[in-house]
Amino acid sequence: MNEETNITCILCPIGCEIRINKKELFIIDGAKCEKGIEYSKNEVFNPKRILTTSILVKNGILPLLSVKTSKPIPKEKIFKILKIIKRTSVNAPVEMGEIIIQNVLGTGSDIIATKTIKKFETS
Amino acid sequence: MILIKVTSDVTVIGGGPAGLAAGISAKESGAEKVIIIDRNNWIGGILPQCIHDGFGIEATGLSQTGPEYINEYIKKARNLGITLLIETMVLNFNNKLEIISASKKGLLKIKSKSIILAMGCREKTRGNLIIPGDRPSGIYTAGLAQALINLYNIMPGKNIVILGSGDVGLIMARRLKIEGANILGVIEILPYPNGLPRNVVQCLKDYNIPLFLNHTITSIEGKDRLKKITIAKVDKNKKPILGTEKTIKCDTLLLSVGLIPENEISSDAGIIIDSSTGGPIVNQDYRTTIPGIYACGNCLQVYDTVDLLSIHAKIAGRQSAINTLKENNNNINYADKKIIVKPGNGIKHIIPQQINITGMINFSIRVDEPKNSTKISFKLNKNEIFIKNLKYLNPASIINVKVKIPKFSKNNILEVSLNE
Repeated sequence: MNEETNITCILCPIGCEIRINKKELFIIDGAKCEKGIEYSKNEVFNPKRILTTSILVKNGILPLLSVKTSKPIPKEKIFKILKIIKRTSVNAPVEMGEIIIQNVLGTGSDIIATKTIKKFETS
Repeated sequence: MILIKVTSDVTVIGGGPAGLAAGISAKESGAEKVIIIDRNNWIGGILPQCIHDGFGIEATGLSQTGPEYINEYIKKARNLGITLLIETMVLNFNNKLEIISASKKGLLKIKSKSIILAMGCREKTRGNLIIPGDRPSGIYTAGLAQALINLYNIMPGKNIVILGSGDVGLIMARRLKIEGANILGVIEILPYPNGLPRNVVQCLKDYNIPLFLNHTITSIEGKDRLKKITIAKVDKNKKPILGTEKTIKCDTLLLSVGLIPENEISSDAGIIIDSSTGGPIVNQDYRTTIPGIYACGNCLQVYDTVDLLSIHAKIAGRQSAINTLKENNNNINYADKKIIVKPGNGIKHIIPQQINITGMINFSIRVDEPKNSTKISFKLNKNEIFIKNLKYLNPASIINVKVKIPKFSKNNILEVSLNE
């Protein structure tokens, strides 16, 4: 079994290509700083991302509300969380920062609104 | 037609992140009446559709989404009492600092003590690239696709190829993948990706989207809707290599092949444009070649991040305010005391292009290709005044260098170049 993997560090513009042993988490080569070593270990062990996407809005001036996870979530849960988001819709008005889904998929992260969408008024 | 006449201390053309940062800074630096004009029916420019995060990391350490980032600026502008004119299109302005704009209420003539240009940029289209083939539907610029999907809930297509690995293209690859599209690949003519490393990792590698470096599109086929494209490897001169062609069946092609600063009204007013940045030639105060007119944001140079753009726009705003406080300052032309800054070996472009004062000057520089390690050298009239080692240079990231300019007289040339 191949126990080696390459991680591109994104902490600074250098973008080190770090070779790491997946199983025992030791750096083979490529890291130019300590931060990169830490980053690449996390990337192998528990890669996390902020997920940003949008949710349907009813009666809003725009059809979509942009949202994000309040904390980074495990990378492998991205598509599972997207499924939950796809089933969700909200009613306008919505305020930026409002919690739309609490503790999504038990990650400890909320889905929060990143935009204010006013109600569509017909006048 | 009604002509409404208004006076202003500082008038900003463009209400995106640069215009807002500059307008706020002008107000905070003492300009009494500040007007920001935008042709759209919203303030904030492109940021409301940039729903991904990564904004503000350099400036505040916090990663915000586009709408969150710009919301703080809009709130601040409103709280400071800046006049925000939307649905107002600037038709022209002149060297007497008079702006003519059109709105639903009629024509508006604004006489200002300072003008700040913050018109931003537009995307290159298929017409700019001259890609041969049919003319079917299904070909979009990446930014247009971003507006469709993020603002209007319209999917541009199902099986998608992206031409160009600029940041917008990379971000759209991830965005469309998340929304269920099939991203068949990102095609890049250069031997390296054109976007920031974090976007290559988090938008392509995370989702196993293939990146074809040293490739270009040689043909587009489809009668009504796009059916397939042909890609080929390119040689050192970026010419397609015969026999390396490969067809990809797809219904949608996104173009992320660069941005063009919008300066038609600047040129018409007589402002001199730098052919390498596509933006006005400016001095250390971001003042253009017309006294009293300043430039910032993507109409000055296409920035990589909104963070640096905002920092520079704030300087332009402050200088524009200082200009309004000095009586008749507009007449100072600096013509008799100036350094012309010339990009030399390895430098794509450099700002400012002119210097009129001694002391510390902040230069923003874009190199023309990636380099692991090199020296940057500043030569004033062929005498080296500054040299610095630089590592891991990337054309996707603007470099900032501070250099102390010694006393000088008359006309001078400052040449900036990379030495291997």
